[in-house]
Amino acid sequence: MDKARIGTCWLDGCAGCHMSLLDTDEGIIAVLRKADIVFGPLVDAQEWPEGVDVAIVEGAVSSQDDLKLALTLRSRSRIVVALGDCAVTGNVPSMRNGIPRRELLERIYVEGATVCPGVPTDGVPALLKQAEPLHSAIKVDVHVPGCPPKANAILMVLGDLLEGREPDLGSKLRFG
Amino acid sequence: MTEKVKVRIDGEVIAATAGQTILEVARTNNKYIPALCYMEGLSTVGACRLCMVEVSGVARLLPACTTPVQEGLAVATTSPQLESYRKMALELLFAERNHVCAVCVSSGHCELQTLAQEHGVTSVRYPYSYPRLPVDTTHPRFVLDHNRCVLCSRCVRTCAEVEGAHVWDLAGRGVGSRLVSELQRPWGEATSCTSCGKCVQACPTGAMAEKGFGVEEMTKRRAAVSRLTSMREGE
Repeated sequence: MDKARIGTCWLDGCAGCHMSLLDTDEGIIAVLRKADIVFGPLVDAQEWPEGVDVAIVEGAVSSQDDLKLALTLRSRSRIVVALGDCAVTGNVPSMRNGIPRRELLERIYVEGATVCPGVPTDGVPALLKQAEPLHSAIKVDVHVPGCPPKANAILMVLGDLLEGREPDLGSKLRFG
Repeated sequence: MTEKVKVRIDGEVIAATAGQTILEVARTNNKYIPALCYMEGLSTVGACRLCMVEVSGVARLLPACTTPVQEGLAVATTSPQLESYRKMALELLFAERNHVCAVCVSSGHCELQTLAQEHGVTSVRYPYSYPRLPVDTTHPRFVLDHNRCVLCSRCVRTCAEVEGAHVWDLAGRGVGSRLVSELQRPWGEATSCTSCGKCVQACPTGAMAEKGFGVEEMTKRRAAVSRLTSMREGE
């Protein structure tokens, strides 16, 4: 049987959910017997590949780049998992949403700067008006909240998806 | 006053006292009905709509916390329809304000968070409204974070009914409703506040907290407020 293909990425998040994924320790070996990780921060692929079975997405959709990647991965993946509170609810990145973008950027990069004041524009994607949960941009198949989700919850979800079952977090469901 | 009645809750016949509410009877008989605005010892307002139950012969759903029992009443505390409405009510509460669990003093001890987990809320299907709300830090010992308030009014009732100070009230209407102290005065300037802190203990979320606590550190002693009223009943 061909191995399943897993892709992971983070949008507007802190990498904590990926740390939790690494916290699965040797549990990841069982996953890798059934699947290859074909895209992610630890994989040397530059573009989200075609034919991904499970896409694991950390972080809120907050910039033009986030939105572009979300749309790409959705069109190239069978199952999309929103991993962690930022992808599920917007969480901390969404705390900026009540503040207009210009006011926010100037407060941080002009008023708050001690050297080189100025809102950065080169090499950084434009911010969207609001940081939103992943399901506001694309269809999400599985939500795994938590800040971060516990390693055993991630393993359970991956195990279920690779076996073709619909994951039920049950008592492992937790926000924050 | 102590007229005995028989009611059925989820098929089980239970003896109750006329005048008791469905929720009181259910809780004393270990039948679980979720609720957020209800707190033992306080008057009931039926604000959160989580305790809605099906009563046979009544076409609409009724809040268990404000509906008194009567002879022959038959109640269903759970059903697919009730579950779907309760989930909806919880999701709407999350969508209405900025409940960011990850940076909340009450995370892990929050009634809203616990209810969401119990009811299998894994995401919120409604668009978040992201209101820009203030945090009142003017009181020397306590803090009020409007971002986390669910308008349950437990603090309002605790202050008015248990402490007798009536510092708190709800102002505005609908989604614009806000908790206010003393006709919109900052909490720290509210002269009728006795700084007893019972409102903080009664609050189901992290909207009210004692100062000096970090994320997940604020546990509340809600039972202490309920105990005060039950001890006074004998007086």
